Amino acid sequence: MDKFTVHTGTAVPLRASNVDTDQIIPAEYLKRITRHGFEDGLFSAWRKDENFVLNQPQFKNGSVLVAGPDFGTGSSREHAVWALMDYGFKAVISSRFADIFRGNSGKQGLLTAVVEQDFVEQLWKEIENHPDTEVTVDLETRTITAGALSSTFEVDEYVRWRLLEGLDDVGLTLKHVDQIDNFEINRPSYKPTTV
Amino acid sequence: MGRTLAQKVWDDHIVRSATGEPDLLFIDLHLIHEVTSPQAFDGLREAGRKVRRTDLTLATEDHNVPTIDIDKPIADPISRIQVDALRQNCAEFGVPIYSLGNEQQGIVHVVGPQTGLTQPGMTIVCGDSHTSTHGAFGALAFGIGTSEVEHVLATQTLPLKPFKTMAITVNGKLPAGVTAKDLILTIIAKIGTGGGQGYVLEYRGEAIQALSMEARMTICNMSIEAGARAGMIAPDETTFEYLKGRERAPMGADWDTAVAYWRTLPTDPDAVFDREVLIEASELSPFVTWGTNPGQGVPLNSTVPSPDQFADPVDKLACEKALTYMGLEAGQRIKDIRVNTVFLGSCTNGRIEDLRAAADILRGQKVASDVRMMVVPGSVRVRLAAMAEGLDKVFIQAGAEWREAGCSMCLGMNPDKLTPGERSASTSNRNFEGRQGPGGRTHLVSPQVAAATAIRGTLSSPEDLLSANLVSAGS
Ligand code: SF4
Repeated sequence: MDKFTVHTGTAVPLRASNVDTDQIIPAEYLKRITRHGFEDGLFSAWRKDENFVLNQPQFKNGSVLVAGPDFGTGSSREHAVWALMDYGFKAVISSRFADIFRGNSGKQGLLTAVVEQDFVEQLWKEIENHPDTEVTVDLETRTITAGALSSTFEVDEYVRWRLLEGLDDVGLTLKHVDQIDNFEINRPSYKPTTV
Repeated sequence: MGRTLAQKVWDDHIVRSATGEPDLLFIDLHLIHEVTSPQAFDGLREAGRKVRRTDLTLATEDHNVPTIDIDKPIADPISRIQVDALRQNCAEFGVPIYSLGNEQQGIVHVVGPQTGLTQPGMTIVCGDSHTSTHGAFGALAFGIGTSEVEHVLATQTLPLKPFKTMAITVNGKLPAGVTAKDLILTIIAKIGTGGGQGYVLEYRGEAIQALSMEARMTICNMSIEAGARAGMIAPDETTFEYLKGRERAPMGADWDTAVAYWRTLPTDPDAVFDREVLIEASELSPFVTWGTNPGQGVPLNSTVPSPDQFADPVDKLACEKALTYMGLEAGQRIKDIRVNTVFLGSCTNGRIEDLRAAADILRGQKVASDVRMMVVPGSVRVRLAAMAEGLDKVFIQAGAEWREAGCSMCLGMNPDKLTPGERSASTSNRNFEGRQGPGGRTHLVSPQVAAATAIRGTLSSPEDLLSANLVSAGS
């Protein structure tokens, strides 16, 4: 997993609440065997509408998604996070996230920043009026700045630490590789192998 | 204070323990199949990681494989892509694989035990919820998600939060004609499909000890249907007897050391479970599901329940919905329900003992003319063993289809599916809406009930055949 300290990029205003994982990525994409290439599935139903925000040229290259409350509800599919990241999003800002989605995001390295809904509204206005506004999400100081706007955000301390260190679950466990080695040395020899 | 079987296995696998963090457990055996592994391998590739212990990892092809024409390329493109991806991943990362056509191939939960790989006191995981099957040997075995599959591939460990323990004690003896399947369906109906959530179940008592290993696997297999992640049975002489001489079981002095350890595993007399459930074996009879979850079951000798019988509004509504989906009337006699298809197989009841039990009933009989019966052995070895005993001929002479090994109609990922509205008696473990094919209607049954049902065309127990014969002989 890549380290996340500060990210600066343009933002996409997604004026919708309760964006569930079926909307983020529909079930038909779950048959795939790869972990990448899900960008085409991201919001695929909504993208059929030419007015949908991601179809507007000024928002095409955004890397920070600013969404309404209760983002990521519904099924536990990890594909929702993969799709957002494959599309190029580095952070999602919302006033409330679904738990499992948030957990999955933390595992994969997508930052979910929680701010007051007021600030979300202000951000929406700012980026709609000035689509090329650079939004900076600073995980070290836990602040978001966009033009004259600024706010701190909430993030789980443990997740923050992992993102700053660039540690995924596997990376974390591998910090204890000595203990795994040790355990293996002491394993009884009668235990079976598959080869 | 004493410890339970599950706690002992847990304790013996702790690699690292720190307050406020999950325990890191070592995994003795990681089984993989084509459906839940591709993204995990992708994750490894991307991070430049290897499989830490290829010698503790084993792949088999089961969910998607066809059960006829297995020498031809797999026709369904999605199935073929998944199977091909597994083969490529195993080749690239050096993981042993039992491919279609190999004598060792079969359903992942049949393959582990039959080679002797599944042993008491082990931790076993697989990206598949029915990994609980392996608990029949006194192993701590449970299903995991794709991220966890990647974690185990890379580290051979898994960070886990502690679980609660539930004892399910089955006293007395099962009446003649009552099988492990009837027992587990009864248990699920009793504790509910969510009753086991957060628990590891330990099945114990006289009736459990009397069961063969095959029957114990049937019980543990369906623990997940009661919401539990794992089910376990303490190892005993039956377990050792089953394992002795199998190619992956310990040999010589190792065998003695292993058995001595295995004997220390059963729950201590003073251990305390978080919850206890008691079942009287003598009260049981053949059991079948009428609804769309495995907890919606009744004795075969009774009637379809009415929504009014349920006090809880959620259960009442579930009953109404299930009756509509299943096309059944409240009060209808279960034994009057006609089926179109009988499926004998799956990781619940696709082992040699299950095939023998069904063949004993079908010998010299005919499958009803309007019924299709499919017999799908759980593995190639089960298939060959059955053929060596001539069971294939019994099935074929009775008019059943004798297929190659795989998951098949248990979940209808391969071409073996029910058509909309079609009704089956199935020895598998899930009767969810559409599980065996869109619109299909599933009644879960034991192999014995499956065979009797195939002959009579209506849900039946073997006893019904006897009384029918007596009647015809007397008239
Ligand atoms: S037989 Fe059915 S339950 Fe068992 S592993 Fe295959 S699909 Fe899953």
